[in-house]
Amino acid sequence: MGDTVMLAERPDVREEQAAPVTKVRGYWQTVGHRLRYDPVTLMFAAIVLLIVLAAVFAPLVAPFDPYKESIIGRLKPLGWRDHLLGTDELGRDMLSRLIYGGRVSLLMGVVPVLIASIVGGALGVIGGFAGGRTNTAIMRTMDVFYAFPSVLLAVAIAGAMGGGIINGMLALTLVFVPPMCRVAETATTQVRSLDFIEAARATGAGTLTIIRYHVLGNVLGPVFVYASSLVSVSILLASGLSFLGLGVRPPTPDWGLMLSTLRQSIYVVPTVCALPGVAIFITSICFNLVSDGLRSAMDVRL
Amino acid sequence: MSEAMDIGGPAQPLLIAREISKHFHVRGGAKTSRVRAVDGISFTVFKGETLGVVGESGCGKSTLARLLLHLVERDTGELIFDGEPVGAPHGITVAALRRQVQMVFQDSYSSLNPRMPVQDSVAFGPFVHGRGKSAARGVARDMLMKVGLNPDLFGPRYPHELSGGQKQRVNIARALAIEPRMVILDEAVSALDKSVEAQVLNLLHALKQQFNLTYLFISHDLNVVRHVSDRVLVMYLGRAVELGPSEDIFTRPLHPYTRALLGSRPSMDPANRIEEPPITGDPPSPIDPPSGCRFHTRCPFAEAVCAERSPELGEWSERGSHVAACHMLDAGSGHSRAVQ
Repeated sequence: MGDTVMLAERPDVREEQAAPVTKVRGYWQTVGHRLRYDPVTLMFAAIVLLIVLAAVFAPLVAPFDPYKESIIGRLKPLGWRDHLLGTDELGRDMLSRLIYGGRVSLLMGVVPVLIASIVGGALGVIGGFAGGRTNTAIMRTMDVFYAFPSVLLAVAIAGAMGGGIINGMLALTLVFVPPMCRVAETATTQVRSLDFIEAARATGAGTLTIIRYHVLGNVLGPVFVYASSLVSVSILLASGLSFLGLGVRPPTPDWGLMLSTLRQSIYVVPTVCALPGVAIFITSICFNLVSDGLRSAMDVRL
Repeated sequence: MSEAMDIGGPAQPLLIAREISKHFHVRGGAKTSRVRAVDGISFTVFKGETLGVVGESGCGKSTLARLLLHLVERDTGELIFDGEPVGAPHGITVAALRRQVQMVFQDSYSSLNPRMPVQDSVAFGPFVHGRGKSAARGVARDMLMKVGLNPDLFGPRYPHELSGGQKQRVNIARALAIEPRMVILDEAVSALDKSVEAQVLNLLHALKQQFNLTYLFISHDLNVVRHVSDRVLVMYLGRAVELGPSEDIFTRPLHPYTRALLGSRPSMDPANRIEEPPITGDPPSPIDPPSGCRFHTRCPFAEAVCAERSPELGEWSERGSHVAACHMLDAGSGHSRAVQ
């Protein structure tokens, strides 16, 4: 300790200590602090939250039963009687169906991305960290999936396995694993060659410890941001599957399916027919903008 | 702590490297070729000394450092740490070696995790070695204090919030956090400003006294090496060309390469300026190194024998021995200028 005191009192050392005092925060605190000063991201995050809450509490929020049909009240315009957003081709309340439809669409948007991030992320980290032949084997396999357009791949898988929510989600998961894997692999490869990994190895840490404490922290950010941008893609793809009859089966309300069945009535009540599309559009754009905001807030180097 | 771990006694060299070599395979076009990064180097590091390693860029200095820590697997040769062979069945394990030898890297930025507060980077070593999270954090704060950084102020910061000198202090703290006996400084001060470099060198000196450390100091800056080293190893194209006490090497160099290297230093005296470059051209490629003495293609005294046979370094196991691998120092070599 004697030396320590001596060192701290040396003028050259003291001078360096005179650096301006900055408030120190933890990582997530820093991210939170930055988001607080980003009104755009906050606003769109609020809309996302609203959509999610509406879907979760659909029975409480929806004004009508989404399955209740009415022969006389078919294809009515916005504001007809108590139907704020009109009715569809079977006379069901559009607002209620949109709220209930959010449940399926959000589920199809989030679950495949979540599973794909875990599976693809793990494969990417393994490939990136192992390098060499393991990496080549994993990444070339991913490239095979990459060769197909994502819509085509989803349609092909869902078509081969048959419709339904579960099969649709499985198809979407398979579509998202390769890009997720690539993001994780790139981030891992970038980090792996840096000296601090070497330094960690030099302290005697095992591979798993290094991956857990030094690699994951650097990979999680890019993966998380990419995943949040994929949610909107997933919602769109799921809607597309339902539109083609490969996702949700009628009469379950789903945005894509609603868009599909209402398209024949586009000349009767164009505004009502466009509503499911508007819902998809708003949701995906909100997810995209929130993910953009997160990306800049989560980069500690900015 | 160091005393308790001292197995062989003060006379036993801390590290003996015997004929270690590392050849990298590079794929270029149709054939694969071998880069002889380190090609049969032998030297000794004595306890408590600072051994300087100098040489041009690409002569294998950094590969040597990584070989000593087993970050790169050596092809041939033997490494003996405090009397015990490393990685051999009856010797110490690589893990045990890494417990006692640590390294400070040149690039102070890339050697710290950009998403980890620096105190966690320092605490990582003790944590890996079985300390609890809070105990490791305590060690880290203590080490930061010892390298002259206020742990309350600098500990929770990220690497990009520190200056180059501060980052290198953190790197030193990280290397010392697991209480090693030997520290390899791979160009540790080369990237710093001169004034900061001096501060860090003074810090290294103070820490060496305090923790009873042995340094392997790799640098291309000859003046710094002379200032800090007890002994110096001169490398050329993956081989050791001269080894001896620092003052001997700098006042009366034996090998023509060392002389050329010393002659290339800028002089402080304008009247004594260098008119002729003491050595010209780039060193030959280590992919296909010259036969015999590696230096014969650039040596002003080269003769036929130099291209034929490789000169031996000689007996280097004594603390005071000053040896060089040159035919001119070997009476029986057949070189016309050989000492009789």
